[in-house]
Amino acid sequence: MSLFSLFGALEIGLIFSLVALGVFISFRLLRFPDLTVDGSFPLGGAVAAVLISRGLDPFSATAIATAAGAGAGLVTGWLHVRLRIMDLLASILMMIALYSVNLRIMGKPNVPLITESTVFTVLQPDWLSDYLARPALLAIVVLAAKLLLDAFFATETGLAIRATGSNPRMARAQGVATGAMILCGMAVSNALVALAGALFAQTQGGADISMGIGTIVIGLAAVIVGESILPSRRLVMLTLAVILGALAYRFFIALALNSDFIGLQAQDLNLVTAVLVTMALVVPQFKRRWFGRKAR
Amino acid sequence: MSIANKFFVPATAVAAAMMLLAAPARAQQKSVAVTAIVEHPALDSVRDGVKDALKQAGFEAGKNLKWQYQSAQGNNGTAAQIARKFVGDRPDVIVAIATPSAQAVVAATKTVPVVYSAVTDPVAAQLVSSMNPTGGNITGVSDLLALDKQIDLIQQVVPAAKRVGMVYSPGEANSVVVVKEIKELLAKRGMTLVEAAAPRTIDVASAARSLVGKVDVIYTNTDNNVVSAYEALVKVGNDAKIPLVASDTDSVKRGAVAALGISYHDLGMQTGRIVVRILKGEAPGTIASETSSRLELHVNPTAAARQGVVLSSALMGSAAHVVK
Repeated sequence: MSLFSLFGALEIGLIFSLVALGVFISFRLLRFPDLTVDGSFPLGGAVAAVLISRGLDPFSATAIATAAGAGAGLVTGWLHVRLRIMDLLASILMMIALYSVNLRIMGKPNVPLITESTVFTVLQPDWLSDYLARPALLAIVVLAAKLLLDAFFATETGLAIRATGSNPRMARAQGVATGAMILCGMAVSNALVALAGALFAQTQGGADISMGIGTIVIGLAAVIVGESILPSRRLVMLTLAVILGALAYRFFIALALNSDFIGLQAQDLNLVTAVLVTMALVVPQFKRRWFGRKAR
Repeated sequence: MSIANKFFVPATAVAAAMMLLAAPARAQQKSVAVTAIVEHPALDSVRDGVKDALKQAGFEAGKNLKWQYQSAQGNNGTAAQIARKFVGDRPDVIVAIATPSAQAVVAATKTVPVVYSAVTDPVAAQLVSSMNPTGGNITGVSDLLALDKQIDLIQQVVPAAKRVGMVYSPGEANSVVVVKEIKELLAKRGMTLVEAAAPRTIDVASAARSLVGKVDVIYTNTDNNVVSAYEALVKVGNDAKIPLVASDTDSVKRGAVAALGISYHDLGMQTGRIVVRILKGEAPGTIASETSSRLELHVNPTAAARQGVVLSSALMGSAAHVVK
């Protein structure tokens, strides 16, 4: 594997660790099976790409894209809390609706950013080549997001959100407005995903309507791989685990892309990725079982 | 740190080391890396055409050419990662097939020569600033079709056609461009376009059914969803006796009445010839982007009979290929 390929995996892994953090908030903290992600990821990309190509500076464009994601999360939450639509279905409806909304926003299925200035071209120092500068900048963004989330979920509101997820009846009995907490958590979750989408569009040469396909699957895989490599009950460790999970998942794809020397072909890519992720999940179990027997 | 983690870290490190060792030593031979966004008959034909053109010029995969091909299997994140891998491998030329793959590769390198293919509007996709030589590292072949000739064909197949139906995916840049242009061109000839959107492959059948009774003929462009599920369209065309006119010649075998299209294999050959020029030392920045000039008419009289039209002898005579 070349260094370039490795840094590419790191860069895309860092972007998807923002998705993974978002998915972690909805699926794990709120226990809300949220598929809105497949729509809010391209939503972030679409809003950022359209605004940048209209001449807005990339930082404001990224901020507005993040806010748009929060809006999408709020609507999903509202469908569930106020209209009493089952959580999974509410998120599916929102995911489907966002496909059309994203097409409306972009006006066409593909908005290129290859020749536009992006947050990365603006911030990239001259002495650093872009394949190093982009992961470095993303690492700062992801670290900031992690620390902010850690701090937020230690505040009263953050704790109330976690309480709503683990035991809504108890939380309500303690005077927590669970409906508002679900809305708040969903907004934060989808804001992170849309931020990832905005950054993805800016590193990959543009937004495309198909960029959201399978986002939720990758996000969930990252969360579960992360929990397997770094099991913990502490939130500070869990957010770190989720980030590591996203990086590991992308690293596995990079490995799978480089597996042609053992006779694997292009069409085997998804299978190889699935096998590698399975190994990452299963091997620690065997290891534990094996050690357990020895100890006895 | 847990036991799991203790094992996981060295395991991945060992795997990475293996991959580094396995990276082939760079020999004298030329290398070409090809990527496409998804597997699909037309895009696969482009890839095979590139390979054939290289072989004709004396570059044979496995002998004096290092050839690698990766498909993103429909996922843009994977397309981005493939782009990074290719740039890291530093091949002599990267061939990127279809818009999303081409954009990912172009965003990843400003130095490695890139030849795009099967991109309908490379200027709108910001791959190149114009169809002229750009001085940069990018050139390629567009698959844009002259739509006037497509409408001529529709009128030859169904002379009385007034309402033209079109099934397409609203999420595909190429199709949206075609729909917009063909609407204006049809209006000039006193005809109208009836659109039916199929965002996913499984929507093609219901989109086609929605056109029954509203159109005299169904035209389709090289839309990926529609081409993938063309049989669904054929069933509706046969049942409701609506003639189908396609724009990729492979669809004629599958049940369209006629298609005036680019042979995607030829498009790949044309792309391959540009690759050869670069392998022989030309700079990509001095090569203009090309469009396909060779159109082939394919007709299918059996499908015509099923869909209730008779093909004129003039049309049969000008066909490059008649499906039996």
